[in-house]
Amino acid sequence: MVTARNRAIDRIRRQQALAQKAHLLELPEATVDELDDVSIEDERLELIFTCCHPALALEAQVALTLRALGGCSTEEIARAFLVSEETMKRRLSRAKAKIKATAIPFAVPADHLLPDRLDAVLAVIYLIFNEGYSGRIDLAAEAIRLGRVLASLMPDEPEVHGLLALMLIHHARRGARFAGEELVLLDDQDRSDWNAGELATGREVLDRAIALRGRGPYVVQAAIASLQTEQQIDWVEIAALYEQLVELTRSPVVELNRAVAIAKTGSTEQALELVGKLDLPDYQYFHSTRAELLRRLGRRDEARAAFERALALAVSTPERRFLARRLAEL
Amino acid sequence: MKYALLIYDKPGSHEALADDERDAVYGEYFALRNDPRCTDGAELQAAQTATTVRVDGGKALTTDGPFADTKEVLGGYYVFEASDLDQAIEFAARIPAARLGGAVEVRPVVER
Repeated sequence: MVTARNRAIDRIRRQQALAQKAHLLELPEATVDELDDVSIEDERLELIFTCCHPALALEAQVALTLRALGGCSTEEIARAFLVSEETMKRRLSRAKAKIKATAIPFAVPADHLLPDRLDAVLAVIYLIFNEGYSGRIDLAAEAIRLGRVLASLMPDEPEVHGLLALMLIHHARRGARFAGEELVLLDDQDRSDWNAGELATGREVLDRAIALRGRGPYVVQAAIASLQTEQQIDWVEIAALYEQLVELTRSPVVELNRAVAIAKTGSTEQALELVGKLDLPDYQYFHSTRAELLRRLGRRDEARAAFERALALAVSTPERRFLARRLAEL
Repeated sequence: MKYALLIYDKPGSHEALADDERDAVYGEYFALRNDPRCTDGAELQAAQTATTVRVDGGKALTTDGPFADTKEVLGGYYVFEASDLDQAIEFAARIPAARLGGAVEVRPVVER
């Protein structure tokens, strides 16, 4: 972390006042080419940290990042997030006004703030990635591009590479996740539909993160995603990685994933016991996972009730259809 | 750039401390006030001492208690001189109320 930071800090010591820099956020229809301009290239890292400052609302951070660094137009961002162009314009101008009025710095944060602030940047990029494809812009591809930019600007930060690897590996599998409109589970995915080149790049980036001694949440998630693309999936190892991830995040959703991995090793009862301890009453995947485990244990009535609960919470059509099919098969 | 750091403390949080802890906490408040970048500051009397005034049709309406009916109450403030928000946030994070169940609101001051 130190080298990247020093390099960044050397470059910025000048610490320009934001007022002079506000034009960077005004980039008209900024294109990738323009962002590669030397003048802006030098300041992209500062710009990322300004856009993702925690004093801004998360939705504003996302919009600003896409606008200033992603080269997306206000109209495209509005469409992607299903709001009117007017609303998006207001969101962006409110955020810019706050940057100016409160003097949010245009700088890479000081050493002791960097880990937290970098987490915020990574969270914004991952959030954009998870929006997937919406409207005319492919947000997942956009997030990967941002991840690459960040990785080139902070080459010694393992979590930056971890996030990029995670996104690449997930993205490589995207073509196989749906058959027509139907959701296809990992086990049933046709590996020839995976993007082999993107997957290989993802693994290389992951190796880089591990070589940098990365053990953070994105590196661990990328390692899990990578293991899941192996011909013979090592679920024992995946369950162990999920255990690390639980320790890092304390997230019940991660604990749920750990239970799934444990079930894959054959310990269905143990997995169900773990799931039973979780408090996720409004989480669709809690109920669908529990349902699946109950089904395997032959507890059909309980499985049916759980599938029904999951179906009631499911929003996306493919997922609803998938659950309905499971219910019908019971 | 001037920032007002509005300190909303959790009622009773400071009183609940043991004597020596409370002394240490007040020592922190005084040390922060002595920071050369801190240009002003005050501790307010407890919320029970508040009186709220409104004027309606030229007539002053006086009610008992603080204006905002919230769990945390404004207990004091600092005025802090800084070149950017990060410096103000850093200073705000050192205010004891922020870790004692309360919060500090950072607001730039209008300068004319």
